[in-house]
Amino acid sequence: MLDFVGKRNWYFLFSALLILVGVVSLIAFGLKWGIEFTSGSTMTISFEQTVEQADLRDEMAKLGHAEAIIQRTGEGDFLIRTRELEPEVRDPETGEVITPAEQERIKEALEQRFGPLEVKDVYTVSSVVAREIGRNAAIAVAIASVGILLYITWAFRRLMKPFRFAVCAVVAVIHDVLVVVGIFALLGGIMGVEIDAMFITAVLTVVGYSVHDTIVVYDRIRENTAKRAGQTLEETINNSILETLGRSLNTSLTTIFAILALFLFGGATIHYFMLALLIGIITGTYSSVFIASQLLIVWQNREIPRLLRRLRPKRALLKEA
Amino acid sequence: MGRRNKLILIGIILLVAFASSVMLIDDIDLPLIGERDGMKLGLDLQGGTNLIYEADFTDIPSGERAGRLGETKRIIERRINQYGVTEPVIQTMGSDRISIQLPGVTEIEEAKDLVGHTAMLEFWEQGGGADAVTEEVKAGDTQVVVNGASRFSAGDIITIGPWQDPWDEKADRALTDARTITAIDQETNTLTLDSALDLDHERGEPVQRWIAASGTIDGEEMPLTGTYLKGASIEMQSQTNKPVVSFEWDGDGAELFSQITGRLIGNPLGIVLDNELISAPVVRSQIRERGIIEGLDVDGARRLSIQLSTGALPVTLTLVREQTVDATLGKDSLHKSLIAGIVGLVLVLAFMVTYYRVCGALAGFALLIYTAFVLTIFKLVPVTLSLAGIAALILSIGMAVDANVLNFERIKEELRAGKGLKPAIEAGFDRAWPSIRDSNVSTFITCVILYWFGDQFSSALVMGFALTLFIGVAVSMFTAVIVTRTFLRAIILTPLARRVGLFRP
Repeated sequence: MLDFVGKRNWYFLFSALLILVGVVSLIAFGLKWGIEFTSGSTMTISFEQTVEQADLRDEMAKLGHAEAIIQRTGEGDFLIRTRELEPEVRDPETGEVITPAEQERIKEALEQRFGPLEVKDVYTVSSVVAREIGRNAAIAVAIASVGILLYITWAFRRLMKPFRFAVCAVVAVIHDVLVVVGIFALLGGIMGVEIDAMFITAVLTVVGYSVHDTIVVYDRIRENTAKRAGQTLEETINNSILETLGRSLNTSLTTIFAILALFLFGGATIHYFMLALLIGIITGTYSSVFIASQLLIVWQNREIPRLLRRLRPKRALLKEA
Repeated sequence: MGRRNKLILIGIILLVAFASSVMLIDDIDLPLIGERDGMKLGLDLQGGTNLIYEADFTDIPSGERAGRLGETKRIIERRINQYGVTEPVIQTMGSDRISIQLPGVTEIEEAKDLVGHTAMLEFWEQGGGADAVTEEVKAGDTQVVVNGASRFSAGDIITIGPWQDPWDEKADRALTDARTITAIDQETNTLTLDSALDLDHERGEPVQRWIAASGTIDGEEMPLTGTYLKGASIEMQSQTNKPVVSFEWDGDGAELFSQITGRLIGNPLGIVLDNELISAPVVRSQIRERGIIEGLDVDGARRLSIQLSTGALPVTLTLVREQTVDATLGKDSLHKSLIAGIVGLVLVLAFMVTYYRVCGALAGFALLIYTAFVLTIFKLVPVTLSLAGIAALILSIGMAVDANVLNFERIKEELRAGKGLKPAIEAGFDRAWPSIRDSNVSTFITCVILYWFGDQFSSALVMGFALTLFIGVAVSMFTAVIVTRTFLRAIILTPLARRVGLFRP
């Protein structure tokens, strides 16, 4: 019979390392905020002929956009990110166009130099916007956590100390969020992957899913606690995990199949969204078994105060000497 | 089988029949629900433009804000409907934003013009204080020197330059600047204007003060504005073959108009839209009920007639976000995600049958039914399907399987504990239910919060995802518990039930 519970310190170490990588990335790179959070314009252009990125950058600079960030997404496909583009100017009396929209001018100039092209997507966000979005996202995660905390405490009210179950579940959730955000900070720094509203949606979805998973394990713990009162907490939890393992893996596998399909075959626009979901669901499953349940034991056995006490004697020694 | 089970089974079959017909027939018309034709697709799947405007509430008391935003939304809806865009989606978002989705619209500059302008119509007449430019000024200057600055006051509206009769074909109307005076220096006779001049002006060119044209109604003096309009429309003038905007006054408006035109015969009447002088025809005769505005091109005239007939917006709007998705990109995305969806579904089904055998096959069947039900709900509500929505759908298919897996694992345990097939099934479902219920509730909580977040962030995409996920998970609970169970209960009455091995992975 596998002993999951005994090796729990290894799991904590592994998670700590993972989160450490994430935190370091966050500090080093920060999060690469997408256009919805800053302001500017993003154009997706598809050229018929092959175009060199250096040439395109050169042309954009000539058009007055040396700040343009250009990303190649395919043979002749590029994503061009600039500061806010100027809109059309019309004569108020005649309605005639005095200056065409800057977007149009850029398109014509590029067409002249590089041959026929197609503008697939244009997204402009004015500087009026980019504000409390980060704050709103954090609030959303916080509210979700509180909501879940309350619900679990209520759902497991007949158990001893239901509040602990709730807290450990929320810790597992926060662990998952940190891992996903950390990995995307890393990707942002290395590959320039951006954070958009869909990313935040993915994070919130992961929150929901992680708890979903954790509750199934808790449910089994609840049942086993009632049935086999003689066992220690460690034994109960270990048994519960073993019993639910099959189900956890199967469910995650089916969901992962579905998302993997979308990740591989779905359009480019949801590519990173799917990646975030994929990472989140994997950690969500992991955290239910290896984090949330283990933390219950740690709490019960007061292992954290013991850990701290082991560190303290050194300080006492120093004082005496 | 039990009587109740039979009834439920029949119920399910009927629902499936209903769902299939809803999905297979493109255009349907149901009582209570109304017409639906095809699935409603989001902008990222069919291409189009999304505009997000923020309302400027600076001078408006907080109690009135919600009302004004709603009124603005309604006026915009009317404008866009008159313009003829098919199926626009206009929503208020958060407390001060309006989101406008225009599928298939390629002329976004036109759309922005139509929507973004307040369209406040006012009328000016020449007030006392004709003066002249004493020093040459160039385009780009913000000041002008006149003979007697004391004739003017700060806040006055003036025109600089000769005014031409627009009926005169040879007239060059681009000779006049209309500006508001922001400051006056009496000593140097200099008037500071609210914005730079568009044209050069020579010595001697007239500087004319304009005041709001008003008349008296019931002894009270009222300025003539667009609020008195009964309607406006675009017409082609037969003589000149040029478009004009023809407008009609209501009772009070007609009275004011006739007073004003009566007073101004031989003089120009300024027509001002959103504080810009767009036309100042010389009044030929006293007019009562109708008038025309000329000098615009066809598109401009059409826009103006729509803006005037729907009324001025009660707040000023600023464009804060604009996104255009090409139709081909949309179709491409749709195509890809459908393939991904099918691949995912097939993989899941294969897995289910391999691992759980007969139960798995039944669950797979239930899954197909689940997909049909969910898509039907999407078509009927209707829920706008976006790329993220499809992702939510596929995610919920994964979760639907989860509920089934929970049930089957329980049944497995019960079988191992030595129970017979039928009692094992019943016990399994009963035992698994609390898990399913509790775990899905957490997902619901997240959906609600996501929906709120999407509204705050003016992202219809996030809201669509939340709604789709919610419906998906809710229906999945239903099919996993009720549908699969009904099938299982039915199937154990068949000879298949004797081969218990088929049921046990």
